[in-house]
Amino acid sequence: MPKTLVQEFTKGLWDEIPPFRLVLGLCPTLGVTTSMENGLGMGLATTFVLVFGNILISMLRNIIPSQVRIACFIIVIATFVTVVELVMQAYTYALFLKLGVFIPLIVVNCIILGRAEAFACKNTIIYSIADGLGMGIGFTLSLGALGAIREVLGSGSLTVWGDLSYSVASVFPSFQPFTFLVRAPGAFICLGLMLCVLNAIGKK
Amino acid sequence: MEIGYFELIISCIFVNNILLAQFLGNCPFLGTSKKMETAVGMAMAVVFVLVLSGTITWVVYNFILVPFDLVYLRTISFILVIAALVQFVEMFLKKSIPALYAGLGIFLPLITTNCAVLGVCVLNIDKEMNFLQSLVASATYAMGYGLALILFAGLRERILLARVPKPLQDTSIGLVTAGMIALAFFAFQGMV
Repeated sequence: MPKTLVQEFTKGLWDEIPPFRLVLGLCPTLGVTTSMENGLGMGLATTFVLVFGNILISMLRNIIPSQVRIACFIIVIATFVTVVELVMQAYTYALFLKLGVFIPLIVVNCIILGRAEAFACKNTIIYSIADGLGMGIGFTLSLGALGAIREVLGSGSLTVWGDLSYSVASVFPSFQPFTFLVRAPGAFICLGLMLCVLNAIGKK
Repeated sequence: MEIGYFELIISCIFVNNILLAQFLGNCPFLGTSKKMETAVGMAMAVVFVLVLSGTITWVVYNFILVPFDLVYLRTISFILVIAALVQFVEMFLKKSIPALYAGLGIFLPLITTNCAVLGVCVLNIDKEMNFLQSLVASATYAMGYGLALILFAGLRERILLARVPKPLQDTSIGLVTAGMIALAFFAFQGMV
């Protein structure tokens, strides 16, 4: 049964939400989510590469010979990653510094190559855009949620964007930040527990 | 960068462990750690490719990209170098050392998308290491990766025997376990 555009879009938001259901792209998921802002920034950068990579690969799908397709996909993706890298360096320098090595590493994010291989090289442009956008937004939301949880519990504040931030201590005066969560081990454990909660909800 | 080689080695294996402190290469970490055999294969493949690609990308960056003012092509050129290298290594091993090729098996092609490899290459450049430092760093980062992967695989084989609550099964308990190992490695923090 062919899926509609809306179905291709929404599958990335829940049924196949990238870091949880597909368990792909874990490195940025763990590495940058020390705050919500970082998580969302990383998610948006990935979404951009995902959508434009999908568009170009879908346009070229009849030209690329299947023996060298992976190499071609990687070059297309690396091109867009370079674009993102330069744009972020120019306009959001603070975020660029915080994300650091994870921006060039979008190239090897398995979600992007995975979608190119599994979807964009077999479907038309419009469907590829819907797929890329859905997956990208799902990824952004997951990173944002994980970042928000770690930031609120780990550092006791929530930075929405720029200087706008809320402190947990102003609501619960006796709250002590659980610093463990913004450090490396906390990332693994927090993601593991979130996956557990999603599994528990998702089992119908 | 002014740092002694001993500190560099300790830092790369334990303090800044590529998997547990820097979060690079996590997909194959969870994917190949269900059996000790595959974990050892993956660890060997990573050591092999990382040492080669760490040094070659350093040469490419400092003798090709910098003199010709092409630094913005870093990401593209590095991933191409790694992909090409993995292909060459695969062909070379298949012809000349079939035993090792059979041992590494399917893990070689997978390495191209292992972000630990690209990550270490980029980190070496970012930290402005010289040639010898980046060679040492690549080798020791790879050893740290292997160490963490093999430790984790050992724990995971034990977990198979345990009764885990249903929602926590598989990846979920894997991540929590990885968190525990990361906690152990966290104790090295501040040593260097």
